[in-house]
Amino acid sequence: MSAHPVAAPLDGAFEPVILGFTCNWCSYRAADLAGTARIKYPPNVRLVRLMCSGRLDPAFVLSAFAQGADAVIVSGCWPGECHYQVQNLKALKRFQLLRRVVAGLGIEPTRLQLVWASAAEGQRLANEIGRITEEVRALGPLGWGGAGADPAVAGTTVLPVREGAPPPAERDLAEVTA
Amino acid sequence: MSAIIATKPRLAMYWAASCGGCDIAVLNLHEKILDVAAAVEIVFWPAVMDAKYHDVEAMPDGYIDVCLFSGGIRSSENEELAHLLRRKSKVLIAFGSCANEGCIPGLANLSTVPEIFAASYGDGNSTVNPDGVLPVPSWAAPQGELHIPAFLPVLRTLDQVVPVDYSVPGCPPESPRIAEALTALLAGLTGTGPLPPSGSVVGAGVSTVCDECTRTRNVKKIERFVRIQEVPALDPTLCLLEQGIPCNGPATRDGCGALCPAAGAQCIGCYGAADGVVDYGARLMSAFASVVEADEPEEIDRILDGIPDPVGQMYRFSLARSLLRGSRTVLEADRPVVPPGSAAAAAPVGAASPEPALAGARGR
Repeated sequence: MSAHPVAAPLDGAFEPVILGFTCNWCSYRAADLAGTARIKYPPNVRLVRLMCSGRLDPAFVLSAFAQGADAVIVSGCWPGECHYQVQNLKALKRFQLLRRVVAGLGIEPTRLQLVWASAAEGQRLANEIGRITEEVRALGPLGWGGAGADPAVAGTTVLPVREGAPPPAERDLAEVTA
Repeated sequence: MSAIIATKPRLAMYWAASCGGCDIAVLNLHEKILDVAAAVEIVFWPAVMDAKYHDVEAMPDGYIDVCLFSGGIRSSENEELAHLLRRKSKVLIAFGSCANEGCIPGLANLSTVPEIFAASYGDGNSTVNPDGVLPVPSWAAPQGELHIPAFLPVLRTLDQVVPVDYSVPGCPPESPRIAEALTALLAGLTGTGPLPPSGSVVGAGVSTVCDECTRTRNVKKIERFVRIQEVPALDPTLCLLEQGIPCNGPATRDGCGALCPAAGAQCIGCYGAADGVVDYGARLMSAFASVVEADEPEEIDRILDGIPDPVGQMYRFSLARSLLRGSRTVLEADRPVVPPGSAAAAAPVGAASPEPALAGARGR
């Protein structure tokens, strides 16, 4: 993923890239409803469907910023309406802690926002996406992907090799020795 | 299983941006250090014996069998030695927290170079520098031009600079774990045992400190976070996190024996991320937030106020290898100065050098 995987507008104006995490039961369906009702919202947001906002690992958000997203929207069911009872409240707590950490790293609060939206609230979700897009447009690019980040490092989910992995081929060592 | 090396294994140890604690931890093998000294030929170890860099340069490539590299990459000297020792070593080990994840020196990725110099050479409590003298890479002395290494804008981990074959975590690695790791590695290299899988973490476990901790865990519900000195009487057997102490055990790799919780202090995370954890702080945020006993945003904020330094709590040892690697201003200072639109503008910064000794060498 390049820093800005969006076709740049011909006039070179800044178009924010926003990643939106949605919940299968509420906010994703709200986005779906917005579509079937032909409610328009900016194409700057890319929606990712999770089963629940409680599935959101803070690493998803950090990874999005590291790979060049200008903002991240976390969305889910309203408190009290979670399909999994209280997992959206866990998302809320993680969000509030994560917001403090990214603020400490110099990322404005505008770039990480939480939006509750029920399956019936297509209009509300579209409005919120529009509002956040304009707020981020006013802020300008975050540019973490280009800010000294090594694409080979940032956002790469490197899982250490473990048991069962083949040992280094001995011939490779022999080549070095030779 | 044939021997990869025929001669007595040649061992090197180097310190880059580190405190020297890793060198002490190796010496702390006590009488076993004699076994190590008898089993290997130490060819380069600046902490304990005289050595010159040109002696290393004179070695054939791959001459060193095992190099224990401690410290992060903070200066041009660190970077040069990382490349040099990678070239001269068959097996390069990121040794200790600094080389693996930046450790405490990695927290300087929250401060720009002028800020760091101001703290170190300017307004520090123990600093007297009325003329405001700062280090400069070159200086025209009467006797001739003098050069010292340049200070880089960002601290990098070893594997962000060169491919690394194995990792030994810990600040410092516990001496018994070092003995195990070296023994296994030397057995593999001399053909008397299996070589650990390339890229693996050696000298540590695969789970978390909680797994090694003997304290009792119930259902965690936290109504306040407090610092350990603020609690008059800690329960000596109950999980510290359940008592509101921000203990980093849930995200931290085991291998230390859970020494700190056993001694009544919280885990601070020196063994780095547990197996499979992409970002140490993200895992810890999940763990801490999930047990906060509140549902209202204001109440959640009140509880989270008990963690006065969120970045320091989440990334005390691992900021330099985290997904974001530092603060925005510091990383922007590290942006390469190239004309916009030039081909070099798209080139990655700090790309790993292309000389891995082992097939699966980990270069991120």
